[in-house]
Amino acid sequence: MGHWSYLAVLGFIVLGTGWLEVALRTRVFRRWRRLLLALAPVVAVFVVWDLYAITRGHWTFDGEQTTGVVLPGDVPLEELLFFVVVPLAAILTLEAVRSARGWPVGDESPVPGSEPQ
Amino acid sequence: MTYTQLALAAVAATVVLDLAILRTRLLSRRVFWASYAIIVFFQLLTNGVLTGLAIVRYDDSAIIGGADPVFLGAGRIAYAPVEDLLFGFALVVSAMAWWVWWGRRGVQRTPYSGPPRWFSRSASESGSTPGTDGARPRG
Repeated sequence: MGHWSYLAVLGFIVLGTGWLEVALRTRVFRRWRRLLLALAPVVAVFVVWDLYAITRGHWTFDGEQTTGVVLPGDVPLEELLFFVVVPLAAILTLEAVRSARGWPVGDESPVPGSEPQ
Repeated sequence: MTYTQLALAAVAATVVLDLAILRTRLLSRRVFWASYAIIVFFQLLTNGVLTGLAIVRYDDSAIIGGADPVFLGAGRIAYAPVEDLLFGFALVVSAMAWWVWWGRRGVQRTPYSGPPRWFSRSASESGSTPGTDGARPRG
């Protein structure tokens, strides 16, 4: 896989969860504004953590298995994508389980059906 | 701070975020723990590739285990430092909590997910009617 190894893992996560939008009607991509608002604080916090960890040398990345596209702060592109792809996969999984089981998630309208669509 | 300390702090902060700040209370819900069981399995799989192939490497002074990615033991599970499980928990819970929080505030609360297109819903869920859309009630 060479330089594509890390990206391939991210691609596996996207493909492994993206089908839920169709098969289980998760409607996460369809609610993209809500998705972006949910992702924003998470990406911000974890990129800061990543910057700190990279600066302190907590973790490093194999240049032979990453694309070499590096963002300011020595953050590989794959890391930024990781902080988008993994939370997205988590939200898709949550909505897939709700779809399959019908269990409440906590965003249900207090009076069902009373909210504007 | 070490990765170990940061990961523990992140879990604590995430619990406070879910239970006290956003009050989404995902950690008290079946739907979360069923989802997390699925997620943690795939985390061990995908993170096992990232760490087992040494795509990501760790400084042994930042973690409780060693720098060598062994499959199990020496502070590692499926090649990854145990700290990664805490990191993943914080990442996943905070993302879900913000998602629920925005929905509860009315930002694209609906259409809710479901019903499944390719699978039939569990027979135990007789209260939900497949085929209906949008703001159907949930028990």
